[in-house]
Amino acid sequence: MENNFIFDSEGLSEEALRRKHKLENDPSCRTDHMEYMEGQDRIKSDIMEKVMKQFESYEPSAYTAKDVARALQQQTIGVEEFKALLSPAAEPFLEQMAERARIETRKHFGNTVYLFTPLYIANYCENYCVYCGFNCYNHIRRMKLNMEQIEHEMKVIADSGMEEILILTGESKSMSDVKYIGEACKLARKYFRMVGVEIYPVNVEDYRYLHECGVDYVTVFQETYDNVKYEQLHLAGHKRVWPYRFEAQERALMGGMRGVAGSALLGLSDFRKDALASALHMYYLQRKYPHAEISLSCPRLRPIVNNDKIDPMDVGERQLCQVLCAYRLFLPFAGITVSSRETKSFRDGIVKIAATKISAGVSTGIGDHESKYTGKESDAEGDEQFEIADNRSFSTMYKDMSDEGLQPVLNDYLYV
Amino acid sequence: MENNDKLIIGGHEFNSRFILGSGKYSLKLIKAAVENAGAELITLAVRRANTKDQENILDHIPKGVTLLPNTSGARNAEEAVRIARLARELGCGDFVKIEIMRDTKYLLPDNAETIKATEILANEGFVVMPYMYPDLNTARDLVNAGAASVMPLASPIGSNKGLATRDFIQILIDEIDLPIIVDAGIGRPSQACEAMEMGAAAVMSNTALASAGDLPMMADAFRKAVEAGRQAYLSGLGRVLVRGAAPSDTLTGFLRD
Repeated sequence: MENNFIFDSEGLSEEALRRKHKLENDPSCRTDHMEYMEGQDRIKSDIMEKVMKQFESYEPSAYTAKDVARALQQQTIGVEEFKALLSPAAEPFLEQMAERARIETRKHFGNTVYLFTPLYIANYCENYCVYCGFNCYNHIRRMKLNMEQIEHEMKVIADSGMEEILILTGESKSMSDVKYIGEACKLARKYFRMVGVEIYPVNVEDYRYLHECGVDYVTVFQETYDNVKYEQLHLAGHKRVWPYRFEAQERALMGGMRGVAGSALLGLSDFRKDALASALHMYYLQRKYPHAEISLSCPRLRPIVNNDKIDPMDVGERQLCQVLCAYRLFLPFAGITVSSRETKSFRDGIVKIAATKISAGVSTGIGDHESKYTGKESDAEGDEQFEIADNRSFSTMYKDMSDEGLQPVLNDYLYV
Repeated sequence: MENNDKLIIGGHEFNSRFILGSGKYSLKLIKAAVENAGAELITLAVRRANTKDQENILDHIPKGVTLLPNTSGARNAEEAVRIARLARELGCGDFVKIEIMRDTKYLLPDNAETIKATEILANEGFVVMPYMYPDLNTARDLVNAGAASVMPLASPIGSNKGLATRDFIQILIDEIDLPIIVDAGIGRPSQACEAMEMGAAAVMSNTALASAGDLPMMADAFRKAVEAGRQAYLSGLGRVLVRGAAPSDTLTGFLRD
């Protein structure tokens, strides 16, 4: 069964619907997703080629239980072993993988768990990505916070005790330009020790500017490394350019950022191949930029406003756990973030095995922290990007993690 | 018995030769770890202490214990110097452990940048304890740069693999007049004991305790191991036979002149 991504949202004009249907049904009217658009940096890099060579040749079903057992006997999990651990043949070895992953996580991170929260400052978007709640053909309440509103949101979050923030926008260069994001990040530096961004990919100079504004971490999700599938899911907008997105983390490092994070959105294509490419992407980046802090996330598809039928399909919790254990064994030193897309029980379990960072006090809407944190009503809010599955507040999460025997860490970072 | 065997670092005297790390376990356990380990020096990451959190690590460290702030997160000398200065501003004292890594995978120290930072900070009056890859030339440069001790790694940090660099650490112990403090990779009390038997001035450990089943008990074990190793070193180890047996009479005893 395929995911039913495509739907017609109410409130669209006839002209908009006509354009939307044409994009959906007539591939010839779509731009070449492998061609850079004007003004997009082209950097010299062999990372894409290295990742895609492995991605294309990887056949998860070719691995056997013997391959998995052999992989688990190795002291160092290399690329071949990692492929075996991601394969369906590794599923019966999950407990064994989890045990070894837990040891690696504890060796590298001790019993700590990092807490952060995302802050969406705008949900305008110029792209048509069929599975995303912010897509430009989804009729939702759009909003862009002004600096005063952003500062208010930040105060509410900082008052809760949070010290690390991830600033997000929808992918609209015109409504949320780099200067606007930069100003928001300067404000964030006043209230938070650590500031990251998850915004549309930008050029090296823009990353350098954002770094000067106080940002040191950049997250970009490739959505899927299967570029044929990518073309069918990202029908319009600058996000359609697959290679420019792929190179975002490298441009961020070239712009002076300390760390980068990435992943595919698991469930869009073959999740095992996408997991392989996600980890290899970070792996090759760190090999090329040894000082870079790398981190992996593991988002699965979630229902969105106006379409509650989207789900992660064949990526169940066991499969997700397998992916995360394999990530940990392949990249013992990498950060692993598990977002509120996942449930309380999953997050409570996975932080004991492989994850090092989780979000708390989460809203994926715009300007609604005060109403969510304090219950105070607000009439100006933008709709969410997706539904979350774990809505624990910062203080509840802090207590829950302490009760699990973990030391919550709110800040482990200096801007130098 | 009065303990006259002091560890002296930058003119400061310590009775304990076990330096405790603090970064990988619950803050609640720090007090018990310090007490059971008998530690008088405890490291802390400045970046971790720089928090508004109600559970600031600084509040959990018992009085009377000397803080050894480290510069983890620094990727070059300049960043390490800035972090050290911040530590002083935060009230962490004059000790500083220099950690400079530009590799996030193995976290191996950058010796060249470490020498630069040592010189700058020693000139500013810090008691500088540089973490380094055990290399004799670097160690000599660190001495000349004004280091108060030299802290070679035993194996990659967090690996618990023990004295992988044993022979090179021995060279530092033999050739360098500053205290040689073995840092990183010590995974068991027996390895700490071995380092002390070799003549190391002290041992530092974090992960070995943090990953133990019972942290306070392991802290106690490390204290005993470090003390035993030190005592063995001071008493003069007996000979160790590498191969075969040694005759009690010399082979050349028959020679007449």
